[in-house]
This record gives sequence, C-alpha cells and structure tokens, in this order.
Amino acid sequence: MSEQKAGTEIPVGPQHPSLKEPANFTLNVDGEVITGAEMKLSYNHRGIEQAVLGNSYIENIYLLERICGICSHAHTSAFTQGVEELLDLDVPPRARYIRTLIGELERIHSHMLWLGVAGHEIGFDTLWQYAWRDREIVMDLLEEITGNRVHYSINTIGGVREDLTDDQRETILAGMDDLQERIDFYQETVPNEQTVRMRCENVGVVPKDLAREYCAVGAVGRASGVPTDVRKDAPYAAYDDVDFDVITDDRGDLLARTVVRIGEIAQAIRIIRQVAERIPEGDLKASAKPPQALLAQVPEDDAVSRYEAPRGELIHYIRSDGTDTPARVHIRVPTLANWPTVVESLKGSYIADTPIVVAGIDPCISCTSRIGVETDGSHGGENAFDLDELREYGIDWYDERGNVERPSTAGEGRTATDGTEGERP
Amino acid sequence: MSLELDLATGLLYLLVFPGFAFLFAYGLTAEFLDRKLYARLQNRVGPPPLQPLADFLKLLSKESVVPDNATARIYNAAPLTGLAGVFTAMLYIPVWTEQAAFAFEGDLVVVLFLLSLPSFSLFFGGWYSGNVFSRIGTTRTITQLFGYEIPFFLAAFAPAVAAGSLSTSEITAFIGANPWYVLVLLPAFAIALLSLQAKLERIPFDIPEAETELATGTLVEYSGRKLALFRLTKDVELVVGAALLSALFLGGPYPAGSIEGFAGVAAGVVVFLVKTLAVIALLTVLKAVVARLRIEQMVSVFYRVLVPVALSQIAVVLLVGLYTEGLIP
Repeated sequence: MSEQKAGTEIPVGPQHPSLKEPANFTLNVDGEVITGAEMKLSYNHRGIEQAVLGNSYIENIYLLERICGICSHAHTSAFTQGVEELLDLDVPPRARYIRTLIGELERIHSHMLWLGVAGHEIGFDTLWQYAWRDREIVMDLLEEITGNRVHYSINTIGGVREDLTDDQRETILAGMDDLQERIDFYQETVPNEQTVRMRCENVGVVPKDLAREYCAVGAVGRASGVPTDVRKDAPYAAYDDVDFDVITDDRGDLLARTVVRIGEIAQAIRIIRQVAERIPEGDLKASAKPPQALLAQVPEDDAVSRYEAPRGELIHYIRSDGTDTPARVHIRVPTLANWPTVVESLKGSYIADTPIVVAGIDPCISCTSRIGVETDGSHGGENAFDLDELREYGIDWYDERGNVERPSTAGEGRTATDGTEGERP
Repeated sequence: MSLELDLATGLLYLLVFPGFAFLFAYGLTAEFLDRKLYARLQNRVGPPPLQPLADFLKLLSKESVVPDNATARIYNAAPLTGLAGVFTAMLYIPVWTEQAAFAFEGDLVVVLFLLSLPSFSLFFGGWYSGNVFSRIGTTRTITQLFGYEIPFFLAAFAPAVAAGSLSTSEITAFIGANPWYVLVLLPAFAIALLSLQAKLERIPFDIPEAETELATGTLVEYSGRKLALFRLTKDVELVVGAALLSALFLGGPYPAGSIEGFAGVAAGVVVFLVKTLAVIALLTVLKAVVARLRIEQMVSVFYRVLVPVALSQIAVVLLVGLYTEGLIP
C-alpha cells in the first residue's frame, strides 16, 4: 500500500500527544482516509536483556519488575515461575493464592487505566477522569497489601515475601464491593453511550482469521473471537482452583475490546473474592533455605514461562548455565504480538481513528523494545556487526544520502584518540 | 455639543461596556467558570479564578515564533481579524436594555457574519502556517463550518421571522413583549446551542483541533502572543455567542428591560449575566457527557437532523404567527 503516494504523508510520532511513549507511524492519507500505514519501533531500547546477564537471579527479579510500570507483577511472576521450574520447586498454595490476588488486582488497574486512556483518545475526557478515579480503589488496596502502588516487589523465588492478614482480606472484600458497583455502571453505560458507539463500532476491526494468522494475544484476540488465555490454557499460580470465565466477543472492533476488558474486570473481581475467602493457611516459601543457597544449585537447563499479563500472553525464556546468573533471558511482551493487527486495521480507516486504533491494543511501547546489536562479532551472520563495522555502516549510510545532514561531526572528536574536548573552533 | 456627547458614549460602548474591557474581563471569567464546572463534573478540583488571566499573561510574555514555511503576513494577521470580528459583533447585541449599543435593520446578518470571522481567521492562520497537522486541521475547520453555519443561520432566522425584523434589538424587544415565544422557539434554541458548540470547536465538535489526533491541528504552530489572541478570541466568542442566543431566544434583558433608571440598568446587567452563564453552563455540560465525533459524522448529524428540524421550526413559527394574529398586539 505504501507505494500509493497520492495525498499527504502524515508522521505520527515518535513524539505525538496521543502516544505516551515513542513509536512512529507514517500514514499516507487521501483526505481523511488512510491509504497506507508503516510502523517503526524500538526508539527506547533499554538493554534489559543484556543487563539481566550481569545480575544474579535474585537481583534480576528487581530489574525485571522495572520493565513495565503497569504489568510489573506479570514480569516478576513469569520470571520466578521459570526459575522455579529450573529448580524444580513446589510453591506452597498460600503463596500461589497471593500471587493470583496481586495479579488480578494488577489486571483491574491496568484495564481501568486503559479505559481512561481510550476515553481520552476519543475525546471523552469525563470517562477518563471517572475511570482513573475508580482505579484508585485498586491502587490503594495494592499499596495496603504490598506497601507499593506500582512495583509491588512481592514475588521471590519459591514464593512471596509478604503475607496477607485477616484485616487485609476484609478490606479487599469491601473494596471489591465498591468496585463491583462502579463496574456495573461502566458495563451499563460505556457500550451504550451513543457517541462512544459512533467512535468505536466497526472501527479497527480485526477479523477472527486475521487475529489467528497474526497470533493476536490477550484482549485483542479474545475480542476477535479467539479464546486465548494462559490462565485457562496452562493454569499457573492458583488459577486451576478458582472459577472464572474467559470473556470473548466475535465483533473484533474497538467496542468489542472495550466490552471484553470491562468484562474481564468483572471476572477479576470474582477471582479476587474467591481468593480472599478461600486462601489456605500455610507457608509463604517453598523452602526455608535462603534463596542464595537454592540458587547455588541451579542446573544447566532452560525453561519457558508463560503468564497472562493484562495485555495478553507474556513469555519469558530463561537459560541457565549452572551459575547463579542466567545465561540468557528473552522476553516476548504481548504488545509485540499485537502490533501487526494495528498496522492492518489502520489501513482504510480514518485519520481520526488512529489514536484509538493504536491505543486499542493497550500498547506498552517501551516494553516492546528488544532489538539489540551484537557488539563482539563472535556470533557471525549477515546482520551482525562489531563496533567498527557498525561505525563504517553509519558513515556509508550518510554518504549514500548526501542530502541528509549528519547529526554532528563533533562526535568523531569525542571518540577518536587524537581529539580532545574544547578544541572545536 | 451633542456630536461630542455621541462620540464620548460611542467610545464608552466601544472600549469599556459592552466593548473591549467588559468583554475581556467577562470572557476570561467565563473561561474560568467553564473550566471549573467542567472539572467538577469530572470529579476534579479545577483551576483557581485567576488562572485564565495568568495563562493569558504568560502566553503574552513568551516568544511568538513564525515558522520558516509560513506565509508570514497572513500568519501574523489571522489572530487579529478573528478577535476584531467578535469584539465588533457584541456592539449589535442588546445587553442591559432591549436596545443594543448600535442597531440598524439587518444587523443580525452582520452579527452572524462577524461570528464566522474567527473560523476563517483560524483557517487562514492554519493553512498558511505550513504544517501538515495544521493543514488537516484547517480542512476540518472549513468542512465543519459548512456543517454548522446553515443550521445556525436557520435557527437564528426563526425568531427573526417571528418578529418580522432582521434587527437583533427588535427581535429581543419582540420576544420580551411575547415571552411565550421562548417555548415556541425551543427547538431552534437547541439547534443554535449545538451549532455554537461546533463554532467554538468544543467537545463533541472539537474535531479541527482534536488534541489526540492532530496535536491541536490549526493552532499547532502558533505560540506566544498570537496563541494568546486566538485563545482570547475563543473566550470572547463564547460570551458573544451566549449573548446572541440569550438575545434571540431568551428575550435578552426580559423581565428587567422595562425598569427605568439606574436600577433598570443594574437589573438588566444581572439578567444578562444569568442568561449568558446559563447558556455557557449548558455548553459545558454537553462538553462533559459525550465523546468527540468524526468529521463526517458531525456533518451528517447537522445536515440530516438539524437542518430539517430548523426548517420545520420556521414553518411552525409562521403557523403560530398566522393563528395568533390579532392576539399579539
């Protein structure tokens, strides 16, 4: 589609008010209709996968929690579950229930956040303010249980670090009653509000076969009628002990995604109530030994850990080499799986729909940046560079495009040995 | 002697009341009340009373950049034309009596024209600022203009048909004399409210500036002084639009219009403030309860729904006029 250069080319991003994080969409538009869309990612590569290799498993829990401020518990859970698989540890039931509890609270706060953002993207700021106010119920609960609003730091290898008191269970149940009232209100009003329907119905449609072909995950897949949910498909934590439904919809448009997400909040409330009422007594950790002692026994092996993050299936791949630091950790965040559906559904829609179509998958853009450059050259392959080759490639790139201004020639002086600072004319 | 007195009162009208000074102060106050009510509806605290003034002064003190790609002369002139238009329009709208500061037969047409000027100044300013977002914003401004102007004109002509005059002052006097016409004209009032919302480019019709889509569209390149003037234009346009609606559909200063002397003027001003603020409050509530439409949805709503309603409203006014002949003095 991109060869159709008729009409205007609009750059959306990397800096744009509708994007909270950097990504770039180049839209070819004819009037108000988008005829072609291209996407560039990875403006915010943080090198986390490399950083993981320099830390022990215990330190990495801290590091991986900071991949994302929204699904921080998802990352630590996926990672610790992987390491527990390597160590062959049995997590006690009470710890598994607490993990489920935090995970579901996190799902509620993530979906409420999304509901607000979606409202803002379609110019419905009142919905945004309401959703974020009601999200505070969950944020307060999380703070009361774990001590933190964002990075809960509750997971450790073999269990959890904080217990749940009886007072806290009461508070949770009371909070869920308040929240249930609000969610009933949203379930009733949001999908029936006329202007919301006008903006969301038949917008950004992802048909079922496209969702399957592009392996859409999470609410995006479920709203297109693909009942994918790791909590049901491969239960972890306490999900095989609790009752809940996988919410699906077959319309595949933004209204369906909204309905699915609000429905999932209602299901999360259901799970949290069961957890708070039925949590078994018992230990919090699989072993009384200090974690360092456990990690001294990590065998040489690898493990794939799957977790249903609020945005969809999150995958952590961990390879160990017998030491207390991992040999390789790879993270596939759900947003990466959903990007192709965005580019497809942008084509043919209106410019006005861009923000909500992009926001419709609940993207976590910086978490997606996983593209790195090999620096030691030892891995070979056509696309591998060592540092000198990379520099040469950069020079060639600018030479080929004579009209492109070089970022700064002063950079050579900074890296080369024969130049010192302050000599510039 | 009388010429000098005329000049003095003329200048007073122009510069103090209901002209420049009053409109400036009332415009900023209206912006505050609008923002405060909007914030309370959204469960937020909202700004302090002097925030709009502080914003305005801050913008005045900032650098006002002219982009390289812009056509500088048009780009610089655009903010002034819109502001001049709305300031002038106010002089033909009755405030504290049924008689406006200046009036002649046909001044309603002039007011409607002057109220269109801000949209055109936005169009010229945006189009010649040489930015792709502004260009799309201006296309939307003009598309939207075609959408709302016709329903707005039709709605404004309904009371004019009832009064048999195109002078805003005479229409106000007529509605003041026959207050039950307010009920007959309710549909036209609703249409005028929606059209005014679209004219002011507020939610759900803030399509041309759509922050999340076009990064404020038309105004994206404007900064400093010129942006301040555009924002002042919006505030004053809000007040003038509300004043026009109050004059055409709510009888202007009625029931205070008949009181003589200073007390009459004071009562008239109070009634004016109450009625305009009520109109502004309606616009604010509308802004708070809906999402933004797409441009083609907006045009379709205005042409398919509002134009037929406005036409039948004029027919209703004619029928009412026929059947009540003799009842009206």
